[in-house]
Formats: sequence, C-alpha cells, structure tokens
Amino acid sequence: MSASILSRTALRASSSVVRPTAVRTLASVATSQSAPAEKKANIKKFEIYRWNPDTPEKKPFMQTYELDLNQTGPMVLDALIRLKNEVDPTLTFRRSCREGICGSCAMNIQGSNTLACLCRIDTSSSAPVKIYPLPHTYIVKDLVPDLTQFYKQYKSIKPYLQRKTATEDGKENRQSIADRKKLDGLYECILCACCATSCPSYWWNSSDYLGPAVLLQSYRWIADSRDEFKAERKMALENEMSLYRCHTIMNCAKTCPKGLNPGQAIANVNPLTSPYL
Amino acid sequence: MFSNTTFRTASRLSSRQVSPLLKSTSVRATSSSFPAQTRSAGTTSENVTQDQAHSILAAQRKLRPISPHLSIYQPQLTWYLSILNRITGVALSGGIYVFALAYLAAPTFGLHLESATIAAAFGSLPVAAKVGIKAAVALPFTFHSWNGIRHLLWDTGKALDIKGVYRTGYVVLGLTTLSTVYLAFM
Repeated sequence: MSASILSRTALRASSSVVRPTAVRTLASVATSQSAPAEKKANIKKFEIYRWNPDTPEKKPFMQTYELDLNQTGPMVLDALIRLKNEVDPTLTFRRSCREGICGSCAMNIQGSNTLACLCRIDTSSSAPVKIYPLPHTYIVKDLVPDLTQFYKQYKSIKPYLQRKTATEDGKENRQSIADRKKLDGLYECILCACCATSCPSYWWNSSDYLGPAVLLQSYRWIADSRDEFKAERKMALENEMSLYRCHTIMNCAKTCPKGLNPGQAIANVNPLTSPYL
Repeated sequence: MFSNTTFRTASRLSSRQVSPLLKSTSVRATSSSFPAQTRSAGTTSENVTQDQAHSILAAQRKLRPISPHLSIYQPQLTWYLSILNRITGVALSGGIYVFALAYLAAPTFGLHLESATIAAAFGSLPVAAKVGIKAAVALPFTFHSWNGIRHLLWDTGKALDIKGVYRTGYVVLGLTTLSTVYLAFM
C-alpha cells in the first residue's frame, strides 16, 4: 500500500524527461548489467514520437527519454526495449527477431528509415536520437504504423509460383544455377516497408502506386525461370499508377536495411527500360 | 491480431498489480525521479466481445494521425535532386508560358516585349544585375538539362545503384555550377 502511494507520487513528480535509476532492478537483467561504480554515466537523449489512440484528442508529440549508454546495448532496439522495460511501459513499438530478418522494428531513426535492431546508437555526437514511425503511414500507436495497405498491395501481385504446366518428371520445379542467380538481390527482401515509406512518390500515391518493395517482389516472380505467368504479371502493371509513378528518386535503395536495390528492380520490371524483358 | 481483449494502458498505470517482490524494489527506486520497477507488461486487459473490439478499432481508425514525412526525412542527394528537378522544370516551363502569354497580350495593353526593347532595357542595367539575372535563369536551365541527361542514362537501366546515383548526382551538380558561371559571365 505504502509502496503504491510512493510510486504514484514519484510518477506525478517526474518531469517530461524521465530516466531509469542506476539501481539494478529485476527486469533490467536481460538488457543491462550493473556498471562498475567508477564508470561515469554516458547519458544519451532519445526523442520519440508518441500518440495514444485512447486519448486521440491529444496531438502526437515528441517525448524525451534519457538512458545511460554504459548500461544499454549498442543498437537502437536495445535502447527501446530498455526504455519500455525500465522507464515507460506505455512506449509501444513492434519488434521480434532483433537480428534484421523479421522486419518488425522498421522505423525512422535520425531521419532515415531502417531497422532499429540493425541501427547503432550514434555515439559520435551528443545530439538526441530522434525516432519516428515509418513516414506517411497511419499510426496505430506510438511507433506502430498501420501496414494494411502495404500488405494488400503485396497480395495483389500474387507473390507465389504460378505454373500452367506440370514438370516433365512430375517432380519439383528445378532451375539452373544461372537462373537461380537471377533471384539474388530479390529474394532477400523481408518486406519491412522501409523503402516504400521512404519514397515520396509512394507518400502521395500509396492508394494506387505499388511502391518499391512490392514492385521488387513483382520482379522477383517475373525474373523466376520457373514461373509461367510472366505475361500476366507484366500486364497487371500496365496502367498509369501501379508501376509508372516511379520517378527514380532512389530513396528506396538508399534506405534499404538489407542493402537491396528496389529502384533497379523497378527499372528491370519496366518494359521501356528493362534489359531483360 | 485483434483478439477479444482491448488494451488500456495509460489510464491504469497507477492501479496495476505489483508483486510483493517488485514492490520492495520500487520503494528503493523512489529515491530517483521515477519508480524504476513496474510490471514489465504494463497492461491490464478486459474482456470485450468481438463486435465491441471491432467497433473500438473502427473508431480508432478514423482518428489515426499520419506520421510526419517531408519535414523529418533526412536530407539526401537522392530526393533533393529529384524535387529540384521538378521545381526547376515547373519554373522553366511556367516562365515560358508567362512570357509567351505576355508577349501575345502586349500590343493590346501597349507594352513592348520585342527583342530589341528587352535587349535595350537589359543593356542599361548595372553589371551586377546583369550577372544576377543571367545566373537566375541559367541555374534552373542548366540543372534541369544536365539532370535530364542523367534521367536518360537511368532510362537505359544504367547507374541505378547507389554509387551510380551519387556519382552522376555530383557530376550534374558540378556541371551545373560550371555552366551557370559560364553563362552568367558570358
């Protein structure tokens, strides 16, 4: 009882800048070790976009947090997890694999879209780390964007092998090593939506333009030697909006956390510029 | 994704259940500015029917803000040159339209926009103004032209990797500077 009163008072007393205590607490075991006493605290500020659907009348705002980097892992995701565990459990973001293969923690860090788990906390300057959700998306809460439209567009390009004939021997669809090589740089895409939400053209036309990620996926199936619906796939893109809203801005290739090049894939899928079609 | 529970976090922070073990830590932690130990999953849940959950979700969807974009995205050569290409294109074609229409309408209003009149008016300006006006016209013209060639190169499927995009971008900026200076002082 007394404890809950105490903690409530402390809650009210805390300013907008909140920082965890140096006391090693139960939940901190996973993310932080108790630092040697003589080591000076290395405080870093994090400014994070907040919006709560339970209080929609309150406009989105930036909340500042402070963390001692000596007790935090090297990546931005480490900092976010520690903030949620030890400072503010209402902070909301998506994360899963913490090793750059699930694509959940895609967000805008220091102005550029990337995966929080692959992005090191910038220690070269004392400037705060600014974290926003993926740009020009509807916000579910805090750093969580609504990607429904993105997934619907992915579904629309039929991202699976389509065949008209069975293989000669009735076994699996095989391909040569050379044909398999054509899928390198395409199959690695994890659909994190970093590139799509970095594209100004996609910002203004996301209802109709498919965007870099989905077009790269479209090319991934057009380039696949085993797929027999190439003509249909290309026809589906032959309209004003789906493909031709790409203006070679190239933010997509610049931002891709997996080092892929959706802009090149779009050029390859465009019959006017493609060396392959 | 959206089950029969709805999550209410902020309003319930103070009334949440804390285990006795955690309570003792939170007493120690109050010496600082914030109770360090809270329930790690800081949520309480209540049971609602699926219909209720859907209507809560639908109500939330109407109010969702759009996350910031242009104002927060890192300045990069990629999209800065792209928007510059668009702006200079609009300015150049807009300028042509405005001048052509003014030229057509000039006799009606007794204005003189013939080449000889303009050349005479321009000739009477001080040198700084001459150079300034020439640079102001040459800059968008040369940038848009050089960047147009860059786009034609891209249309052949070349230089579309990040290295190519940046290299050609800097070449365009360099050529723009040189040709603008040349035209301004010509």
